[in-house]
Amino acid sequence: MNYPVKTKTDFKVVGTRVPRPDGVDKVTGRALYGADFSVPGMLIGSVLRSPHAHARIKSIDTSAAEALPGVKAVVTSADFGVPEDDFLRDVQDNCMARGKALYHGHAVAAVAAKDAQTARAALKLIKVDYEVLPHVTDVDAAMAADAPVVQEGRADESVPAGSGPNVTNFHEFGHGDLEAGFARADLVLERSFKTEATHQGYIEPHACLATMSAGRGELWCCTQGQFMVRELCAGIMQMDASQLRVTASEIGGGFGGKTTVFIEPVALALSRKSGRPVKIVMTRDEIFRATGPTISSSMDIKIGMTKDGRITAADAQLRYQGGAFPCQTVSFGAQAAFAAYDLEAVRAQGWNALTNRPKEAAYRAPGAPVAIYAVESVVDELCQELNLDPLDVRLLNAARDGTKASYGPTFDQIGLVATLEAAKAHPHYSAPLGENQGRGLSCGFWFNFGGNTCVSLNLNSDGTVGVTEGNPDIGGSRASISMMAAEELGIPYDKVRTVITDTNSLGHNDVTDGSRVTFAVGMATIKAARAAIEEMCARVAKIWGIDEDAVYWEDGYAKPSGPNAGNFEPMSIAEIAAIASETGGPIAGHHEVNAEGAGVSFGVHLADVEVDPETGATKVVRYTVFQDAGKAVHPDYVEGQMQGGSVQGIGWALNEEYIYGEDGKLQNAGFLDYRVPVASDLPMIDTVILEIPNPGHPYGVRGVGETSIVPPLAALSNAVSRAAGIRLHELPMSPPKILKAMMSKG
Amino acid sequence: MQYFKPQTAAEATDILAKGAGKARILAGGTDLLVQLKSGMIEPESIVDIKHLDGMRDITQEDGGYRIGAAVPGIKLGQHAGVVALWPGVVEACELIGSTQVQGRCTMVGNLCNGSPAADSVPAMVAANAVVRIVGPDGTRDCAVIDIPTGPGKTSLKPGEFVTSIFLPARPPRASDAYLRFIPRTEMDIAVASAGVSLELAEDGTISAARVTLGAVGPKVMLVEDAANAIVGTKLEDAAIDALMAACRAAASPIDDKRGTVEFRTHVAGVLAKRAARIAMQRAGDKT
Repeated sequence: MNYPVKTKTDFKVVGTRVPRPDGVDKVTGRALYGADFSVPGMLIGSVLRSPHAHARIKSIDTSAAEALPGVKAVVTSADFGVPEDDFLRDVQDNCMARGKALYHGHAVAAVAAKDAQTARAALKLIKVDYEVLPHVTDVDAAMAADAPVVQEGRADESVPAGSGPNVTNFHEFGHGDLEAGFARADLVLERSFKTEATHQGYIEPHACLATMSAGRGELWCCTQGQFMVRELCAGIMQMDASQLRVTASEIGGGFGGKTTVFIEPVALALSRKSGRPVKIVMTRDEIFRATGPTISSSMDIKIGMTKDGRITAADAQLRYQGGAFPCQTVSFGAQAAFAAYDLEAVRAQGWNALTNRPKEAAYRAPGAPVAIYAVESVVDELCQELNLDPLDVRLLNAARDGTKASYGPTFDQIGLVATLEAAKAHPHYSAPLGENQGRGLSCGFWFNFGGNTCVSLNLNSDGTVGVTEGNPDIGGSRASISMMAAEELGIPYDKVRTVITDTNSLGHNDVTDGSRVTFAVGMATIKAARAAIEEMCARVAKIWGIDEDAVYWEDGYAKPSGPNAGNFEPMSIAEIAAIASETGGPIAGHHEVNAEGAGVSFGVHLADVEVDPETGATKVVRYTVFQDAGKAVHPDYVEGQMQGGSVQGIGWALNEEYIYGEDGKLQNAGFLDYRVPVASDLPMIDTVILEIPNPGHPYGVRGVGETSIVPPLAALSNAVSRAAGIRLHELPMSPPKILKAMMSKG
Repeated sequence: MQYFKPQTAAEATDILAKGAGKARILAGGTDLLVQLKSGMIEPESIVDIKHLDGMRDITQEDGGYRIGAAVPGIKLGQHAGVVALWPGVVEACELIGSTQVQGRCTMVGNLCNGSPAADSVPAMVAANAVVRIVGPDGTRDCAVIDIPTGPGKTSLKPGEFVTSIFLPARPPRASDAYLRFIPRTEMDIAVASAGVSLELAEDGTISAARVTLGAVGPKVMLVEDAANAIVGTKLEDAAIDALMAACRAAASPIDDKRGTVEFRTHVAGVLAKRAARIAMQRAGDKT
C-alpha cells in the first residue's frame, strides 16, 4: 500500500481521552515498582557514603564489617576494574569512589547482609582513612584560577587556554555582528544571574534487585532505559551484553534523573561476590546527596533593543557546574538561550566547571530553563524600561518558519507565533489584576529528540494486538502507542495492549529522554502496523487469489480495491488472524529506526502572582500554559505534561534549591527543607494545546514532555517584578530574598 | 530494641527510669518513627503510653479542658468545647504535619520533641497551659513554658513523662490566635511564628494579653513587652507598632537553611500583628 506523504489529519482514536492502562494498578497499589521485586535468599545492600565534600581515600579497612555475622559481602572500588573509556569510568567512579571522594555523599563502600539492620551495622564497622582536601561547590569559585582542583586533566580540546583548572568544556553558538547590533539599539541592558541546583524530585527512590550466577546476570530496576542500564553495567562488570538481562519496573517518576546508574553496578558486584541476589533501595537522603540534581549556574546576558521593540543584538555567557564529573549540559543551555528569537546578531557561550557536588543528571529540558530564564528576564526588563507590551515584543521578534536559529539550523514548521497569538487572545492576558499582583510571561523551547527505536507488533490469534516496545513509560507513552497502533490498524483502542519488555526481547532502544518516546516509538509503531497490514493484505490476496496490490486496508478490514479486483466480502483482522496458520503462519510487523525529524516545541506561559508586601511570600494565583504539541495523541497526558513541567518550574523559581554549608555539605537532603510545591500552593494550571503538525512524523506528533519546565522561571520572576516593583536576578526567589529586596527599595 | 506496652503510669515510669536515657516514649509516634527510620536515634526501648488511662480523653475541668497526652490533633479540632474556648491552640495544633499525620500527632509530643519551631507550643504558652507530669517521685504540674530548655531538650527528669495538658477557663470576651510563616502552604516547619491570647474589657479595650514567639530563639518566648504594648489599647496603629517593635526586639533567631535573622525578626513582628488582630476579632465576636 502507498501511504500519504502528507501528515494525517483525520483521526478516530488519536486525540481522544481513552482510559489509561496503568491507572487502576497504580492507585490500588498493585503496580510493581523497583523496590517491589524480591526473590528467595535475597540480601539487602547498603552503601557507605563520604562525610566529606572532598577527600583522598588513604585506606579502607572492611575486615570488621566482613566479620559481622550476617554480612555476606563488602565491596569497594577495588572490586571493580578501571574502564578505559572516559565516560564509562566516570559512571563507575560516580557509583563507587576510586582514590578520592569527590562530594559529600559519594559512595565509598557497600555491604550486602541478611537484613537492613545488619547491613547498616556493618557500614559503621568500615574504617575509611580520609585526608580531607579543600573543596569548592560554587560555579564562579570553581572557575577561578586558584580553585581547589576537583579532578586533574579533564579539560577537553574546546577549552580556551588560561581557563581555570576545573573548566572541562566550552561551547559557542551564534551568528552576525554583535558590535554593530548593539550600536543600533536604543537601549542595551546587561544583567548577571545566578540559579541554584534543583532535583527532579521523583517520588519513587532508585531501587534494584541484582543476581549474578555463573557469569550470567539478571537485573530488575527502576530506570528510564533498561538498554542503557545493560550497556553501562555490562561494561562496568566486564561481561557480554547478552549475559545481562535488564527488566525495567513500573516507574514512579524520572524526569531525566533515571537516565544513568547509581546502585545497579554496586548490587551486581555485591551479588557476584556473595553469590546471592542483592537488593538495594536508596533512601531519600541518599537520593538528594548522591543522585543527579540539575546544574547550578552563573550567567551574564546583554541584549539591545530599539525603542519600538526590535532586538538588535543578544549575547549570553553561561557558566554551569554539573558536579564532580564533566557534562555537556551547558551546551544545551547555550543553544536554547535565544531559540525563540529571530536575530541578526547573536552569540551564546557556555563553560562547564567541575565542583564538589554530585554529578548532575538530565532534568526535563536539561540546561534550557536557566538560560532562557536569564534571557526572558532581560527581555522583560527591556519592555518595562521602554514601556512596551511584552507579548507584542515577543511577537515582533519571534522565530518563524525559515528563521535561522541562533544555534545553527533553519527552522521548518514551528509553532511559536501561533502560540504567542493564542496567549494574546486568551482572556487571561487581559484579565484585571488585584492589589500586590503582577503578570509575567515567558517563552520556552526544547529541541526534542528521536533516536534508536525498535518495536514489534504482534497479531494475536483472536485478532487483538500486542505491541512490544523498549522504553519505560514515564508520561503516558503506553496509552499513546496503543492509540497509534489502533488508529493505523483501524481497530478499537482496547484491542491493543502495549508492554515494555526486557533487554533480551528487542533490539536496542535509546533511553526514555528528549521527549522522544511518543514521537519515535509512536512512529516505529505506526510503521510496524503498516508492515503487519501489508502482510495481512498479502494473506488475503492469497485467499482471494488476486494480486497483493488489489487488496487495501480500511477500518480494520482487508477489502478488494475495486470492481476489477473482484467481488469479495471484506475480511476483518480477527478473521485474518483466525486462519493465519493456514495462510503462512503468525503475523507480525516490526520496525527499527534511528528516528530523525523530531520537531522542536515552543511554549508560552502566563503567570499571575501576588506578593505579600510584609513577608515576601509569593502566591501563584493564576497560570496558563500555551504549547505546541504537533498532534496531541492523548490530550489528558499532554495536559499533564504541560501542568507537571509548570509545577516543577514554579518550584525551581520560588523555593527549590540545593543549600550547601561552608563545609561543602548539603544541608537540606530531604523533602522538608527541599521545598517542592505542594498541591495547596498552586492554582489549577490551565492549558491550551496548539497543534502545528510536525512534518517529521506521520501524525504530526512533537514531543511535549520538556518545554513546559522552561518558561515558569522567567514567567514568575517577571510577574514578581511587576507585582512587587523589584527584580531579582537570582533563583530561587524565596521569601527572605524578596522581602530583603522590597525593604531595601523602601 | 524492645517494645513495651505498660498497663499503668507507674509501670511506664519504671521502664523509663531503668532505660537511663535509652528509652523513648511512643504516643503519636510522628516524630519518633521518623527519627528511628532516618537513624537519628537508636533507642533500646520504646514505651507505648497511648493505652494508659486518660491518655486519649478530653475532659472538662474547672471550666477548662484536660487533654490526654495521646489525643491526636484531629480529635482536638473535632471537640466543639475546646475549639470555642481556645481556637488559637486548636489552629496551631492543626498545623502539625499533614491530614494523615493529624490522625496521630499529639500536642504533648510536639512539646516534648523540644523543637523551637513546634507549632502548638507558642499557642499553649500564650494560653498559659499547664502540663501534668508523672515520674518516679509521683505527679507534678508544670507550666508549658518551663518544659523546653533548648533545641531537642526538655526539663523532664529521668523517668518522667507528660500525661496531659490543661487549658484553663477563660472569661467572656477572650480569645486567642496563632500564625506561622512557612514558604509553602502546608507540610512545612515554622520559619517564625506568633501566638496571641487576649481578654477584652466591656468597652473592647484589651485588659490582659500574652504574646509568644516561636522559631526565633532556642525555645519558645513569652514576650511581656509585647503584651504590655497592647494592654489598655484597642490595637490602634501606635499599639500595633509597639507590639511589632517589642516582638522584633525580643526575637533572637539564627541564620539557617530556613531563613535569615533579618527575615525572621521582621516576620515575627508581622505575625504578632496579624495574630493579635485575629484574636481581637474573635474575642469581640463572643460578646
